Formats: sequence, C-alpha cells, structure tokens
Amino acid sequence: MTHSQTANEIIERRACISGVGQSDVGRRLFRDPLELTLDACLAAIDHAGLTTSDIDGLATYPGPMSTPAGFSGAGAYDVMDALRLNCGWYSGGLETSGQLGSVINACLAVASGLANHVLCFRSVWEGSAQGGQGRSSVMPGGSGGSFKASGFMEWTLPFSAPSAAIWIAQFAQRHFHLYGTTKEQMGWIAINARRNAALNPKAIYTEPMSMDDYLNARVISTPFGLFDCDAPCDGATAMIVSRLDRAHDLRNPPLRVEAVGSAIHGRPSWDQFDDLSTMANRDAGAQMWSRTDLKPSDVQMLQAYDGFTFLTMSWIEALGFCKVGESGPFIDGGTRIARDGELPLNTHGGQLSGGRLHGYGFLHEAATQMWGQAGARQIARNVEVGAVAAGGGNTCGCLLLVKD
Amino acid sequence: MSSEAEAVPFRILPRLTDANREFWQGGEVNELRFWRCQDCAQYIHPPLPICPSCHGKNLRVEPVSGRATLTTFSVNHQAWMPGPELPYCVAIIEIMEDPRVRLTTNIVNCDHDALVIGMPLRAIFEHHVDPEGDVWIPLFEPEVKP
Repeated sequence: MTHSQTANEIIERRACISGVGQSDVGRRLFRDPLELTLDACLAAIDHAGLTTSDIDGLATYPGPMSTPAGFSGAGAYDVMDALRLNCGWYSGGLETSGQLGSVINACLAVASGLANHVLCFRSVWEGSAQGGQGRSSVMPGGSGGSFKASGFMEWTLPFSAPSAAIWIAQFAQRHFHLYGTTKEQMGWIAINARRNAALNPKAIYTEPMSMDDYLNARVISTPFGLFDCDAPCDGATAMIVSRLDRAHDLRNPPLRVEAVGSAIHGRPSWDQFDDLSTMANRDAGAQMWSRTDLKPSDVQMLQAYDGFTFLTMSWIEALGFCKVGESGPFIDGGTRIARDGELPLNTHGGQLSGGRLHGYGFLHEAATQMWGQAGARQIARNVEVGAVAAGGGNTCGCLLLVKD
Repeated sequence: MSSEAEAVPFRILPRLTDANREFWQGGEVNELRFWRCQDCAQYIHPPLPICPSCHGKNLRVEPVSGRATLTTFSVNHQAWMPGPELPYCVAIIEIMEDPRVRLTTNIVNCDHDALVIGMPLRAIFEHHVDPEGDVWIPLFEPEVKP
C-alpha cells in the first residue's frame, strides 16, 4: 500500500527538525546530570534561532528513572521547571517506539497543532554512575541479597541473564546460524564506527582499531566481544521539532520529516517475539516505507542504533537496504558503509565509539550532516535524504528526513 | 557419585504470586507447567488472567513433557551479577508442545562447543530453598547426551 492509497494525510510531514544541541560528552564527567541536560537543551534552542519563550512543547525518553543508575539524567518536569517553559503539550516515558519514539511523538504534537516548537532531549550519566565498578554495579539485584525478580525481569534474572548484551547476542547467534553471518562481518560495524569516531572531537574511543583488535577483544557473551558493546558515558543530546510552517525563517533550513515508523506487530517481548531473526524494527521499517514514495535506494546516509553491533545489522535489513539475512555480506569489507561509500553509516562513531548517548545521538548526527555542520567528519556527498533509526527488540522507531 | 550435592549457584529468585507459583514450583514433582486455555487449548506464557487468543477465563495449569528445542543461545563470559560459574550458557528454547511458547533459560550438562541450534533438550530443575517459598528453576540439558 502506498501513501496515496491511504485515507489519511501523512501528518508527520508537517514537522521538521530545526535545531540540535549537545552537552559535553565524556566517559565520566562527574557533572550534575541536569546541568548537562540543560546545556544540551539551551544549545538546541539557540541553534534553531529560538528562545525559551518560543518553546511550547517538551518530549523526552525515558522520563525520570532512578534505576538503573545513570540511565536518565532528567525528566520532562525537571527541564520544564528549570527553563520556565509554558507547554501546550509534553510527554516523557519509556513505553514508546525506541528512544526516538519521543521525537516521533513530538512530530505528531506539532502536526496536530498542540505545539509549535517541541524541545526533545535524552540525557545519560551511566559513565559516572557505573564508576570503576562497570555495568555489574547497576544491575538489578546485582548485589545479591533478598531482591526478587518481577515484571519482565522475572523471566530473565533467575537465569542470570540480566543484560541486553545477552539477549541481543542470542539474536546475533541465530542470525549466524540461519544465514551464515560471521563475526568478521559483524566487526565492520565496530571498525566503521571507530574510524568515524577519530574525526569526532566528542567521541569516547578514537584510537585506531583493526579487525584483529576487534576479534581478539575479551569475550562478553558469544558472539559478542567487548567491541560489540557500546561505551557508557555522560552527556545529553537535544533537538527541536518544529511545525514546518513556523520553521522557514529560523536559522537552519528545515529538515522535513518525510515519514516515521513506530509499529510493532509481534509480541512486545525480547524472547517471545514471533520471529527471532528480526525485531520490531521489521514493523517500524515497513511502516515508514508505506508512508512515502521514496525508496531505500533514495537514502544517502544512515544513522542506525548500535547499542550492540548486531542491532545496526538488524536495522539495515529492517529498513530494506538489503534482504533479511544479507546484512553480513552488505557491510563486509566496510567500504559500502564508509563516509565515502554508497551508504555512509554512523558517521560520528555511533554509540560503540562515540558514546552511549542512547538513540538521540543518531538523529543529532543526521541533522548535523544534512546541514553540512559536521566539521572534519562531514561526508562529501550532499545528503538530501537521510534515515535515522534507534532501538532494538520490542522498542524500535525510525524517521526519514528530507531537505525541504 | 559423590554423596555431596553439587553447590547450587546464587540466583535472583522470582517473586512468587498466585499466577506464577505453579510454574516455579512444578519442579518439585519434576513437572514443567504452563497455564492453558481449556476452551481453545492455547498455552499462555508468561501467565495472564485471560486467554490472549479467545479472551476466555477458563484457564488451568497443565504439565508439558519438558522436551524442547534450542532456538538460540549465548555463552556468557561476563560477571554481571553473582550467579553460575563462568562461562555459562543462556538460551531461548521452545517447548515441543507449542513452538510459540519460549523460555529464556540456561543449558547445562553440555559442552559449549556441542551447542547447536535446533538440538533436542529436556527440562531439569534446580531447587532453591527460600523463606518466601522454595523455587525450582527450570534448566535444560541435551536430550541425548553428546
């Protein structure tokens, strides 16, 4: 079904990205997470050519959370109060289509007329929170004792499977089994990220990484080694979603939202999903393409979530850049996905090397590249159409941006 | 065989409820059990107050054979939390009676190099004594010892 056959307008096209901002980013900054959040928010507002009095909407992921430590640096109310915002609409929450589900919500809010300029933000301080103890220090029940598992963790914690590294490694293992995908192929996601991070002044890991380095890294959970896992960090990222008809006189040319994908059709579960060779990104990707006449071959740049290497491969398939099962050969050798390749990928170093800014970093990078503001890592080609995707498992969302 | 029982690893136990007690305690009599709709025969996991297929409430817990197939796995080397000796195998299995019913579990009594997706498995149970109610964690081992 093409969009011309649907009864309804593709209302996300009334929305655009008008500005982006980011705080300092570091492995362990030991700064007030709200301060980092506000740094990013004010930078985005200024970048758009707006002031706080223009902001009448607020969206964030995941909202305030005390556990796991460092996962959320601020909630919507924190920012609303600190910046004394008057909002026509606001939203913060975890149960949405990935981290960028919050941005998709903002697009719908401006399209519906509830707000004109929505400030969207994501803030993390996992680097400081984990300190020298590593991720084990923030695992639920990680200290033992009488803690009991409930909710969806009831079905993983008793089996000593507390980490998304394990859950997603199982998807990768099945992909290897079904399609002959190899560890070396998967490694090109990590190597590509590292070579791009070298040109990103905010990136966490910038020293060159060879395939041998990648293959010889300490094993985490097969087939994942250390360099298949993203780097916890501190930092906040923000962007302004504006009504397109209010954005033409702002500082940056608007990046119109051509289509979004927010669907999930299988069971909303990591282990009960109907087809473990894919994820909810299958549904989000298909929905996005059903809302536009553009095709994957029109996309000139992809920024796709890499909390773990395999998630990027899963997105490449879900978004139709290759068939399901063929992402291994697609990325093999790393030339196609390089900055000068046919589909530049994660040009800021992703979360693997750039730092785990959790979803928002990909949209920040897409906009930065499309505005030609990426400095040393700017890709040479003029990007008219860019795709952005974030999340994995049961929480996946994607957007297609076009220069208006 | 040693007379001493093998040490039971630390595990975070589930909070027992009326909905999940039959699942977590079935191992006392060596039974893997699931809720099942008595009207449309659908197995229901995790537990729900209604059948997700027919929305009926005529639900009962039934034992299954304990036989299953290995859907996928990961051999975990990272010490995320106190637990089994490293490395240990986390897996997703599907039960023989209905491949739509999966469990995240551990594969035990199997050389990690011998793990193959699709291999037949059977349930065994690891007993944990707890003041809030004992729990029998369902783990899986190869049905045919390699």
